[in-house]
Amino acid sequence: MTGQDAALDAPWVTVVWNDPVNLMTYVTYVFQKVFGYPKPKAEKLMLDVHHRGKAVVSSGTREAMERDAETLHGYGLWATVSHDS
Amino acid sequence: MTWDFLEPAEDGDDRLGLAASFRRVPGGAAAYFEEAQAGVIRSLVSQIAELVSADSTAAEAAETGQDDAVEAELGLSSHAEPPEDPVLARLLPDGYRDDPGASAEFRRYTEESLRSGKVTSAQTVLASLPSAGGEVLLSEPECQQWLRALNDVRLALSVRLGITDENEDLSEHLTADDPRSAYVWVYQWLAYLQDSLIEAMA
Repeated sequence: MTGQDAALDAPWVTVVWNDPVNLMTYVTYVFQKVFGYPKPKAEKLMLDVHHRGKAVVSSGTREAMERDAETLHGYGLWATVSHDS
Repeated sequence: MTWDFLEPAEDGDDRLGLAASFRRVPGGAAAYFEEAQAGVIRSLVSQIAELVSADSTAAEAAETGQDDAVEAELGLSSHAEPPEDPVLARLLPDGYRDDPGASAEFRRYTEESLRSGKVTSAQTVLASLPSAGGEVLLSEPECQQWLRALNDVRLALSVRLGITDENEDLSEHLTADDPRSAYVWVYQWLAYLQDSLIEAMA
């Protein structure tokens, strides 16, 4: 199974919610920094959050998603873990 | 999210002088701060540090029981409920939506380190920004701590200013005699400053 397949099958996700405070440039920066995403992917996710109100930013085990949410809280983003069923 | 970092140059909004902003330098970023600007940032960042450390488990353990002391040593929080203070609740948000049980468990394992991380960011700013102002030269790790600390201050101000809509005109949000109106300018300036730091690190 490739890493991507594993991610697709994983039932847990980290969701980032839109808020009126965090700068769009900052949110893009955080996605690059935390997940190592290239800038175009980080910007697309940021725009998803902005326009749709939320976006799934990572998927994997519950423990990994809780670590991601904790890291994003450290940056001041509004992130939650959920079971994507 | 917002693009709302107006360049602060409007009439009556120059009480802090010219807007300070960061520029890229080898190995990090630099900015010049007037004394008044340094004072505003130091004051707000100190307030965040006090707020997040005031009722932490580690602080409470010193006063109350041994159980808490053990929890504090293990890095566990005795807090299961979201903070009552809306600013703290924004800085230390729930980890789950619509699942108070899972959120409580998440909080128990993450809140202490989240709090101490925010204190560390605040301390980095206080250590690198002289109260008299002047040239501030930051390494890249320091830039990252500054970004987090400035963001925490903006989150806290947004709650106190009642900012709920990113498209709202802040200057119309509060009446001129509202004591909070002075902070609208600060809020916008900090967004501008934070954005310049992101740009300098790009």
